[in-house]
Order: sequence, then structure tokens, then C-alpha cells
Amino acid sequence: MRGLIGNMSDEHSSWPEWVYIGVVVALLCWVGAEAWNVERLVEHVPEDAEIIKVVGQQWFWTFEHEDGTKEVGELHLETGKAYKFEITSTDVNHSFNIHDYVVLLDAVPGRINTVWFSPTEAGEYDIQCREYCGLIHYNMRGTLYVEDPS
Amino acid sequence: MVLELHKPRPIWQIMFSTHHTDVGLLYLIMSLGFLFLGGALALAIRAELFFPGSQIIADSMTFNRIFTVHGTTLIFLFILPSASAVGNYFVPIMVRYKDMAYPKLNAIAFWMIPPGGALIWLGFADFTWYATPPYSIISAPGPAADMWIFGLKILGVSSILGAINFVVTIMKCKHPDMSLGQVPLLAWSFLSSSLIILVALPTFAAALLMLLTDRLGVSGFFNPALGGDPIAYAHLFWFTFHPEVYVLVIPAIGMMYEIIPRFSRKPIFSHASGLAAFIILAIVGFSSWAHHMYATGMSFTEKTVFMVGTLAAVPASAMHVFNFLATMWGGRIRFSTPMMWAVGGIALFFSAGAGGVVNSAMPLDFVTHDSYWVVGHFHLFVMGTIAFGTIGYVYYMFPYVTGRMYHEVLGKIHFVLAMIGTVMVFFTQHILGLYGMPRRIYDYPPIPEWITMNQIATIGAMLIGISMAIWLGNMIYSSAKGPEANMEDPFGLGGRYYYPHTQKNPHH
Repeated sequence: MRGLIGNMSDEHSSWPEWVYIGVVVALLCWVGAEAWNVERLVEHVPEDAEIIKVVGQQWFWTFEHEDGTKEVGELHLETGKAYKFEITSTDVNHSFNIHDYVVLLDAVPGRINTVWFSPTEAGEYDIQCREYCGLIHYNMRGTLYVEDPS
Repeated sequence: MVLELHKPRPIWQIMFSTHHTDVGLLYLIMSLGFLFLGGALALAIRAELFFPGSQIIADSMTFNRIFTVHGTTLIFLFILPSASAVGNYFVPIMVRYKDMAYPKLNAIAFWMIPPGGALIWLGFADFTWYATPPYSIISAPGPAADMWIFGLKILGVSSILGAINFVVTIMKCKHPDMSLGQVPLLAWSFLSSSLIILVALPTFAAALLMLLTDRLGVSGFFNPALGGDPIAYAHLFWFTFHPEVYVLVIPAIGMMYEIIPRFSRKPIFSHASGLAAFIILAIVGFSSWAHHMYATGMSFTEKTVFMVGTLAAVPASAMHVFNFLATMWGGRIRFSTPMMWAVGGIALFFSAGAGGVVNSAMPLDFVTHDSYWVVGHFHLFVMGTIAFGTIGYVYYMFPYVTGRMYHEVLGKIHFVLAMIGTVMVFFTQHILGLYGMPRRIYDYPPIPEWITMNQIATIGAMLIGISMAIWLGNMIYSSAKGPEANMEDPFGLGGRYYYPHTQKNPHH
């Protein structure tokens, strides 16, 4: 390699650069390890999670609960329970997103993607589409109603 | 080409010339033209988002077409050709050769761009620069979508021809006394980015053909209704376009490697480390493409692999930043306009890179993905790093191209306004992303935080627009009426430059 690219030694010591690269690499290792660990915990679905089937289509969301009840554009859930979304699409790609709970996963036709979460506070949250899907993509919105169990 | 205005030539002589400085001039003028066209679309987008509700754009379809053509134009018709402009002017001089290796091929590669650009602009497609199936197959209206596909096809071939030319010029036509390691870093940046193009681009070329036949209904590669898989397209697309990100950014870094030591009046801190960083980036850049796809439902293992691949590319970029700062350290710096742009570009490059580490960390990506964070993040690269480096370099080349000096104070005003504007637009967009605003939306609900952030961003964009208008006026006026430049030392720095105007042009 030396012969190919020739002699190009610079006339000063390079230890500050090595120290700097060492610090950068150490930081990146820390970020990577933390991310790996957190994602591993986040992806562990509780066994008693209730399944909600989510279907995205131009330009609304349909939800089907385990007992077969369907909702369009709004979703009613209870605090304290774990829910597992099975997300798919009937036409083009969408992305199912409840930003306040960091729920985000693409709805891809022909595939079922799963993500789980557990609402902690009663209230109203926005559901939106985060993957470009055409004309009304900007308004492909819904509302999540979280209620305390009665 | 230089002193053109002293010794005018008929325009067809420049247009049909194959000399590298003439082709470079054509690249330069065309790419700047498209910069202003694409930038105008950006201002329309920002104006529309100033308030919730419909403002200046009548319907969402028009809005979708505008951001699609904005992105396509600035990536393929501004960034790539403007790098080629700089490469054409400087690479042959840096390797001490009379011209590019294949002058006719060089001219052909240039002349493929106007028809490609015309197809994109006359079609005005709406499926984003990513043309994601199944939307692009079953939903996107033709003939705009088909024209976009053909346009990109032509631009891709042009890119490959240009890349072959740079590789051969540097590897085979460099002066025999010069080892590859001694080739200046700007030329090295073109060598590494051209090699990336040659490996990466054919994949997208194949994907484009498959997309076209899918649209025609004769195949179903990406159409789930016919048994295809849209995620396959995502892999093919990002296998090309993640490395392509480095293709875009590496020449801009190369330009900074020319500007920073010159205006610091000091040799580059470490030629070897800059060179190593280019090579590492060109290789490691291929290990990270699917970090764009965490949310498509990838397995934990896949995500981990691509996160590690992504993080591995960071040290190489960090080496460049270190090299720039160490070069400036203790130098007798002159903050002329090109230097201000280069230094501003480095600061924004660092910010963009830091944001990139956040995106690649798996759990955080689900906060930022497909939100305005991502828009802000990559614009810090394309605008903050690449356009800043390029604009600085255009100021630097200006005396050699026109034989005249630009107006220094206006150049500095341009920089200050653009820097403030860039921070206002793209840092703010990061925050908008954290508030959860999705990208590519024509309208948004009246959430107070979203409105405030959008308004700050729009004001910033208008500042950039004003600064660019000042630049355009400065360039046009100074190239005709500016004071004559001292061609031996236009910036009064001492030392020797690379002098494009000394290249013998057979048409002169």
C-alpha cells in the first residue's frame, strides 16, 4: 500500500487525532450498545397483550378488536392493558403512528407488521399516517381514546 | 474559458466544445440554474406551510408534485452536476493532464442532463424522490410518473459515464511522477465518489426498469397484488441511494480540503488521514443502506446489523472535521467569502452527523422516522454541507471562470443571511419532528407548537431566498462589470493555486 500511494507522511505527530478517533469510537460503541439494549427490551411483547388488527387504506385507518368489533378512524383502549397491533394495508404503503407513545410501524400490503404498547394515561391522542400515500396523506388522521378501566 | 468576457466566443463554440473547462462551465451554469428553480419550489413549500390550511397552493396534488420535483431537481440536477463542474475544472489540472480522459464522453455525459431534467420538469411527478411502490405503480398518475422514471434513467447513465471518466482520468492519466497518494484531496474525493457511483448505481437502474414494467402491468416485482414485494424496492433503492449520499457529500468535503488550507495559509494537517477517510467512507458506506427501513418491519437482528454498519461510517466523517479544525489551528486565517462558506459548512456538517447518530440508534429512530426531524437532518447535509461547500467553491472559482472578482461584502452578506436562514429552517425542523409532524404533508392540524415552528422555518427559508437573490445579482453583475482579478493570487493569500485558466483550450 505504501508503494502504491507513495510516501506522504505528514511532518507532525498524529497522536491527537488517534485520541480523538478513540473518543468518537467509544461514544459510538456506547450509543450502539444502549440502543441495542433498549430496543431488545422494547420489542419484548407481553404474553397477555390484546391483539388489535390495524388496516391502513387511502386514506383512513380501520381497527378490529379481538372480540370482532370494528372502529374506523378512532380507537378506544384502556389504561394498564398491553396491546399488540397487527398492521397491514390494502393498497399502498402507510405508516401507523401514535407519536405520543412512540408507536410507529409501516403498513405494507401483503405483510403483517407487529408492534405493541401499553397506554398509561387516559386521554385523547393523535393517530396519523407517516408514510407518503398520495392525495389525502396529510389528513389520514385518527384519534386514540384511552379510558380508565370501568 | 477564463477571460471569456474579454475575448468573447460564440456560444455554440462553448456548447459544442469537449474541452474540460468548457464542459465544466456548462455544468456550472446549468446546475446553478436548477439550484434557483429547485429553490423556488422550496420557497413555495415553506410559504404553504406558514399557516395551517390552504395558503398559496391550490390542492394537495400540486403540493406533492412540488416537493417531488424540488427534491429530484436539487439532488440530480444541482448537486451532482455542480460537483461535476468543479471536477471538470480542477481534476485534470490536479493530476497534470491536458483534459479529461475521454473528452467526447465527457460532453455526452453533460448533454444527457438537459433532456433528463426536461422530462422531470415537464412531467412533474408526485410520488416523492423515492418513488415508493406500490404507490408509484398503482396510484401515481402518468405520464408524469413515467417521464420521471425515464428522466432518472437518463441522469443515471450520465452519472455513470461521468464517473468512468473521472476514474480513468485520475488512475490512468495522472502524471507518471505523481503517486496516487500525492494526488490532491479534491481529486481524491472525485475518485472515491466515482467508484461509489460505479458500484451503487446499477442497482437503482435495475429497480427503475422493474418499476416501469410494473407500471405497464407486464410484471409484478413490487406489486403485492401480483405476488411482488414493495420492500424489495426499498432495498434496491437504498442500496444505491445510501452510498449516493456519500457521492453527494464527498466532493463537497473535497472542495473544503482545497479552501481550508489555502485560506488558513497552512498545509493540510494530514493528507493521509483525509485520504484514508475517503476510502473508508467509500467502503463502509455500503453497509448501512437499510437503516432507512427500520420501520418497514425488519427483525431485531437486521436492525442491529444496519445500526452497526451505520455507526461505523461516523469515525471517517469525524476524521474530516478533525482535519479541518487542525488545519485551521494556528493558521493565519483570512475569512474571505469562500472560507466563510467552508467553515459554516463544517459546523453544519458536524450538526448533521450528530443528528444522524440519533437516527441510527434503533429505538430513537422510531421517534424521528418519516417526521420533519428527518427532513431537517438530511437538509443539514444537502444544504448545510454540500450546498455551502459548493457555493464557497463557486466563489473561489469565480475569478478563474470570469477573470473578474465578485463583490466581497455582498458575498459575506449572502453567507450570513444563508447561515442564519439554514439554522432557522433546519434546526427548527428537527424540533418539529420531535413534536411529531410527519413529512410530506400539505396541511397540518392547528397545534400551536407546530404553527410556531413552521413559521420560524418559513421565515428562515425566505432569508435564504433573499440571500440567494443577492448572490445571483452579485454573480451576474460582477462577471460583466466586476474589477479585474489578479489571476496569480486573486485572494491575496500568497502561495500557488491551481490555475484553470492556464489550461490550453484548442478553441481559444
